[in-house]
Amino acid sequence: MTTSATTEPSGPARKTPGRTGLSPRQRRRISLGVQSTVLAAGLLLVVLLVDWPLVRETFLDFGATREMYPDLFTIALKNTVIYTLSAYAVGFSLGLVVALMRLSSLAVYRWLALVFVEIFRGLPALLTLMIVGYGLPIALGGPVPGGTVGAVAVGLGLVAAAYMAETFRAGIQAVPKGQLEAARSLGMSHTRAMFSIVIPQALRIVIPPLTNELVLLFKDSSLVSALGIAAAGVELTKMGSDFAINTADSTPFVVAGACYLIITVPLGILVRRLEARQAKAR
Amino acid sequence: MTHMVEIRDLHKSFGALEVLRGIDFTVDQGQVICIIGPSGSGKSTLLRCVNLLETPTRGQVFVEGEELTHPDVDIDAARRRVGMVFQQFNLFPHLKVLENVTIAQRRVLKRGKAEAEKVARDNLAKVGLADKAGSYPAQLSGGQQQRVAIARALAMNPDLMLFDEPTSALDPELVGDVLAVMRQLAEEGMTMLVVTHEMGFAREVADRVVFMDGGVIVEEGPPEQVIGDPQEDRTRTFLRRVLDPTSS
Ligand SMILES: Nc1ncnc2c1ncn2[C@@H]1O[C@H](COP(=O)(O)OP(=O)(O)OP(=O)(O)O)[C@@H](O)[C@H]1O
Ligand SMILES: [Mg+2]
Repeated sequence: MTTSATTEPSGPARKTPGRTGLSPRQRRRISLGVQSTVLAAGLLLVVLLVDWPLVRETFLDFGATREMYPDLFTIALKNTVIYTLSAYAVGFSLGLVVALMRLSSLAVYRWLALVFVEIFRGLPALLTLMIVGYGLPIALGGPVPGGTVGAVAVGLGLVAAAYMAETFRAGIQAVPKGQLEAARSLGMSHTRAMFSIVIPQALRIVIPPLTNELVLLFKDSSLVSALGIAAAGVELTKMGSDFAINTADSTPFVVAGACYLIITVPLGILVRRLEARQAKAR
Repeated sequence: MTHMVEIRDLHKSFGALEVLRGIDFTVDQGQVICIIGPSGSGKSTLLRCVNLLETPTRGQVFVEGEELTHPDVDIDAARRRVGMVFQQFNLFPHLKVLENVTIAQRRVLKRGKAEAEKVARDNLAKVGLADKAGSYPAQLSGGQQQRVAIARALAMNPDLMLFDEPTSALDPELVGDVLAVMRQLAEEGMTMLVVTHEMGFAREVADRVVFMDGGVIVEEGPPEQVIGDPQEDRTRTFLRRVLDPTSS
């Protein structure tokens, strides 16, 4: 085939210049063919190589989980939800305060807030939780107020606050400057204008990332399983691993995992809906 | 007699950029002053210095005899007496029209709900939007939004109104409604400081026109003089460009 750089490509036989000389449609067809072959080969390998009876016995032996009910829901899931929500409440309020400090005209506040964010975003959440769970009672010379829930709320809440502070800050900065100016021109103080005009609009902007933070916290509540906690305080991961050890079977992990997904998947769908709605409102 | 507004030797710099380079002028009770001038000449900055949305670098601003540039002044209290209307309306998008007009009355003037709503409805009726109280700003046209913004400012019973190019963001067919409201306001005796490119409005309504260029007042006087028979070359050049945009 002859191609000339000087003549205009013409007619239906127009080809895009490429090494292979294939039309885009031909190339797409070949690419699809390759992809489906790889997929089929992969599936075949899995089917042939996996020991299915063993898999069923290890992960789907629901007889081994009979003892888990109803405590799985009445204790473990309930505790997971309580830990998550209390840490979220701490993270939300503290995060908002830190965000406002980050935007303060006082350099000391900005600096303090930045140090806070860097520390608690930089530390592993598990370490922060252990420092609060084990270290704080020693420092206080007694148990943390609110017991286990209090310690978890503070430990995981500090980490969540660091992330939420950055989200709030971005949301506040996304509110047009004219909003604050209009409020000030009506005689509102800076604080009044922030709370009545700017923050309500910022909250709307950050609803999707804040919901996402709830999902992350829900999963991070599993870190509580690493603290030595009384039976009444057991959450999903701890319960799953206790039963897995007792029954020498991994199905309790699967059951606990399903409990997480029951909550996180709908929340994830909600986040995507909220994001789509905001994208459309733009 | 104290002036409604008095500005003495006002300077404003943004970093190295000197935007206002010594402004002096006064506005008396009931006067309408139109400020005209090319883009970047400092008109908005001057207006924003009057209610201290911008802090002057040097000089003094007095409103009703009170020096707003004094460090001890309660600026929030002073701003209640000075309404401002922005080019981009700046309505609060998360609040309904009625709430836009009541929120500052309630939070700042501490008026009760019933009183604030009555004042709001009266002012919405005045700008021809009594039927829009329950709408959100996004559901209104630009001209309607700007009239709500005027009602919002008026609801605070200001002694002075500042307008920064209130019609510049509007489609041409919506400009008339907003100017009509402003004209009515002027007739009722409101003291107004208006930055505008609407020469027709300035000619008809202004008691005095101020032409600014390069951060200073180049020429000021009654409209028939500044617009009709300008004395300065810079004013003439500017007016030629504004009045006949095709001959640039
Ligand atoms: N916050 C700011 N920071 C830095 N520069 C600024 C700021 N505000 C205004 N300026 C500059 O000051 C100059 C005057 O601005 P100003 O908005 O007062 O002009 P204007 O006469 O209102 O113009 P226009 O007709 O375009 O609105 C411009 O060069 C502008 O870029
Ligand atoms: Mg301007």
